[in-house]
Amino acid sequence: MSDHRPDYYGRPVIKQPVWKAEIGWYFFSGGLGGAAATLALVSRLAGRRDLARRATLVSALALSASPPLLIKDLGRPKRFLYMFRVLRPTSPMSLGSWVLGAAGTAAGAAAGSDLLDVAPVAGETARAVAGLLGPAISTYTAVLISDTSVPAWHEARRDLPLVFAAGSAASAGAAVWLAAPAGERGPPRRLAIAGAAGELLAAHRMETALGELGEPYRRGRPGRYARAARRALAGGAALMTAGRRRPLLGRVGAGLILAGTVCERFAILRAGNLSADDPRYTVDPQRERIAGRVTS
Amino acid sequence: MARFETESRPAGYDGAARERVGFFTDTSVCIGCKACEVACKEWNLLPEDGFVFTAESYDNTGALGSETWRHVAFIEQDVPLIQTAGDGDDGNPMRWLMSSDVCKHCTSAACLNVCPTGALFRTELGTVVVQDDICNGCGMCVPACPFGVIARRERDGDGRAWKCTLCYDRTKDGLTPACAAACPTESIQYGPLDELRGRAAQRLESVQQQGFAGARLYGEDPEDGVDGFGAFFLLLDEPQVYGLPPDPVDPTKRLGEMWGAAAAAGAALALGVAASLLGRRG
Repeated sequence: MSDHRPDYYGRPVIKQPVWKAEIGWYFFSGGLGGAAATLALVSRLAGRRDLARRATLVSALALSASPPLLIKDLGRPKRFLYMFRVLRPTSPMSLGSWVLGAAGTAAGAAAGSDLLDVAPVAGETARAVAGLLGPAISTYTAVLISDTSVPAWHEARRDLPLVFAAGSAASAGAAVWLAAPAGERGPPRRLAIAGAAGELLAAHRMETALGELGEPYRRGRPGRYARAARRALAGGAALMTAGRRRPLLGRVGAGLILAGTVCERFAILRAGNLSADDPRYTVDPQRERIAGRVTS
Repeated sequence: MARFETESRPAGYDGAARERVGFFTDTSVCIGCKACEVACKEWNLLPEDGFVFTAESYDNTGALGSETWRHVAFIEQDVPLIQTAGDGDDGNPMRWLMSSDVCKHCTSAACLNVCPTGALFRTELGTVVVQDDICNGCGMCVPACPFGVIARRERDGDGRAWKCTLCYDRTKDGLTPACAAACPTESIQYGPLDELRGRAAQRLESVQQQGFAGARLYGEDPEDGVDGFGAFFLLLDEPQVYGLPPDPVDPTKRLGEMWGAAAAAGAALALGVAASLLGRRG
């Protein structure tokens, strides 16, 4: 019976996410801090104390930037402590707040122990806690945005965590490389290059798997962010490979990789808004789902 | 995953749980008077929507939002209102669909499931309500809702999420919600959900017999993606025509799949970090 328009005056079916740029930066800082914490723990286990200390410091700094970014984006910033009022297993934001609180505190304690040269046992324990929570910090944000009705996020739920994990590895590698002394730059360089390559592959796989819903990642502002991310990640990885013995090239490469991971996060964030704003992206896959149920 | 809801009575209240209540909005008798919109604003002290002219039929409200908890949609179609078996139609080449939209008070409610503070909760009547003294405006519920119902109020620096409470302050004392009380045609019916479902099935049959070929119930099925709406509808066309999603799903139902993908990605990250330390020093 519906040979007329299949939507309501072209109005969106769902509401756009209200998150501002702070959340894009938080995806970046949290991912970087989480992966750096894991790099710190593994470096320490491998007996590379210097590298462990630098990675811990990078992690503590990145994770200390995260809460202010999240609080600034709240509609009621003074109520930020309400995030710890309950622990809700069905809410990725609730779980993430608790994990971020724990990992951030642990990374800060480990960095404090390193810098002040006090309480070594407590410091190593804190480094281990932060390092073990690192992968969760780096990937839970993917679950958080997948757990919405936003088509470009929800339908990418199988691929988004890998994009976030790879981007976290790339940014943590690049940041720790910049902070590491000359003799300790091998592991962070390898991590940055592998992470950048991984992010390029994972983002490509996600867009391909999305089919028509991948459109918001190519159109308009998110599309520009995504293209900038690809160029920066590929260029940065190439420069860091070439820059093994040329620190200046390496520094430029690390900077490009950091910029690329930031751009990728903003591409994902804004593709969500774009896909929420167009009723086609919400309605068409649902109609196909109904048609599939009828025919099967 | 643990289920927090039950069908006819909400879980977690033991003896205090009451029969689940809801709305049945029968759009076939909606006359588009917007008394529901006005009554809702009056009772809930909601600010006006602004004097805008949308040029979208008689709809100058636009959509549900933080300050609009009932919204009457107007759809003009160049088709006859009814198709009778005999001579094709009732002679009128145009029909006007009207429907008063509202929060669906889902059995499996995405807004409630993703809320990190516990501000959103299920009442003893089975309805879904935001506690305005707890919401910290994180915005998580806004894109989670498959219907675009809940929204953040930005006016006067409010910053909190708001939506229909199914007049919790009235229903808990046995009163009918303001919109249903004001509806002059009983298009909006309030009552125990089980009773409403029975009534809706009868009404659908009668409307179909009258020749409304596109008539259907929307949200009455407890097996759907949100386990059934607490506020469901009788529509005369496909849901998307009214701006409603044809197959809404609570995204948290797929949380296991999401955490599984995150665990795999996290493991890959840890392995990648370990592998980066395998090479020679330098």
